[in-house]
Amino acid sequence: MKLESLAKILKEHPFLEGLEQHHLDFITGCASNVVFKKNEFLFRAGDPGNLFYFIREGQVVVEIYIPGKGPTEIQSRGKGDVTGWAWLIPPYRSTFDVRAAELTRAIVLDGTCLREKMETEHDLGFILMKRFAALIAERLEATRIQLLDIYGDRSKK
Amino acid sequence: MATDQKNNHSKTPFFDPMLPRSFRIVRFQQETAETFSIELKPVSGQKEFFFEPGQFNMLYVFGTGEIPISVSGDPTKPEVLIHTIRAAGNVTRSMNNLKVGDSIGVRGPFGASWPIKAAEGNDVIIVTGGIGLAPLRPVIYHMLAHREKFGKIVLLCGTRTPKDIIFHKELEKWYAGAELEVHITVDTALPSWRGNVGVVTTLIGKAHFDHSRCTAMVCGPEIMMHFTVQELQKRGVDNKNIHVSMERNMQCGIGLCGHCQIGPRIVCKDGPVFCYEEIKGVFTKREF
Ligand SMILES: Cc1cc2nc3c(=O)[nH]c(=O)nc-3n(C[C@H](O)[C@H](O)[C@H](O)COP(=O)(O)OP(=O)(O)OC[C@H]3O[C@@H](n4cnc5c(N)ncnc54)[C@H](O)[C@@H]3O)c2cc1C
Ligand code: FES
Repeated sequence: MKLESLAKILKEHPFLEGLEQHHLDFITGCASNVVFKKNEFLFRAGDPGNLFYFIREGQVVVEIYIPGKGPTEIQSRGKGDVTGWAWLIPPYRSTFDVRAAELTRAIVLDGTCLREKMETEHDLGFILMKRFAALIAERLEATRIQLLDIYGDRSKK
Repeated sequence: MATDQKNNHSKTPFFDPMLPRSFRIVRFQQETAETFSIELKPVSGQKEFFFEPGQFNMLYVFGTGEIPISVSGDPTKPEVLIHTIRAAGNVTRSMNNLKVGDSIGVRGPFGASWPIKAAEGNDVIIVTGGIGLAPLRPVIYHMLAHREKFGKIVLLCGTRTPKDIIFHKELEKWYAGAELEVHITVDTALPSWRGNVGVVTTLIGKAHFDHSRCTAMVCGPEIMMHFTVQELQKRGVDNKNIHVSMERNMQCGIGLCGHCQIGPRIVCKDGPVFCYEEIKGVFTKREF
């Protein structure tokens, strides 16, 4: 894919909405287009976490291997979602497997390159940190609700 | 803002609301390991059973007990009365053991309905958790029968696992068709599952509907409705456009005994469907 169309896709992505052009240009420089076949892994638990993805088409699932049960899907991400933040938080290792549940097109970003830039360009660093903090909070809330087993037995009122 | 109907008996002949009528089970369908549907026909008297989507009946298993269960069938087909039930305890478990030909007592229909009239012209977003799809299925039937009266119709369903999904075949049909936008999610799944994984609230952001001109109908356990309402509010849906179905332990079902009171409201009479604006003060509060 040409750099201009990559830049356009990134500029229109809600996660990067409102970013200044020179920041977007830098991010575009760390980005490339990728395609995963069904069942291909984006990353696996324990892998160095230096990449993150904007899903453009398709669906990926976050999985954990439960001994005795096998791989179990715990969350899915689809078009428009962002996946992967291990590149942002030491020790920069992925904690779950992320697998393409179907043919998936995404834009991959080099988190290491971006992180180094954020260390020097604090404006960009602050903006991205705020957005990732919101994303992590959203995921944490969803996980907490999931833990409540909200469709199960209710105690009688 | 108000629900469409309060204690609608307009189309049914007068019956003593405290006296169960005898109905016979004509079909029994095990939906999931825990959930089943029964189709009922009256043993005698008026053959049709008219109801408004969202209304419930008090079902009496002779010798065991009586419980409130929403009607889950098609309001345009009053010749058969359908209920879908999760075997949760004493009465529902003994209902699960009933067979075709057995009789059951029915009082109803009682309670307020979903605001289908008020929703005309709007987009409609239906959010269900587990068995909560059952009380909303009549709304979907109604809207499909009058499709031109509504904007986009979005159905978001959440369950624990793929095995807990009720009305499987219908959901597949609706999913494949063009009249509804359907998203289904489960809490956990094996890799063979092709749908979404995550709680139902995460689907709201993926759904396509006009947040400022929509009617939201939410049914499921109270905690699920609580988070769903929060998510709808975050996206700008007004409390007045959010409707929920409340459950409380019931005895009379007609507003006499006070068993089902929450705050100043009587669920069997003022509800079970409430506009969220009306009950936000008591929703998920410890005191109630
Ligand atoms: C207006 C209204 C409509 C309803 N519609 C339906 C419906 O369409 N389908 C359906 O399956 N149920 C519905 N319910 C819930 C149903 O009435 C209860 O599940 C039933 O009363 C339980 O009776 P039981 O004797 O089987 O259980 P109990 O023996 O009384 O309870 C046994 C166990 O079940 C749990 N339990 C009790 N009540 C509920 C409840 N409401 N939900 C989940 N667990 C419960 C208790 O915590 C207890 O552990 C509705 C309730 C109301 C108020
Ligand atoms: S059940 Fe008696 S008042 Fe509601």
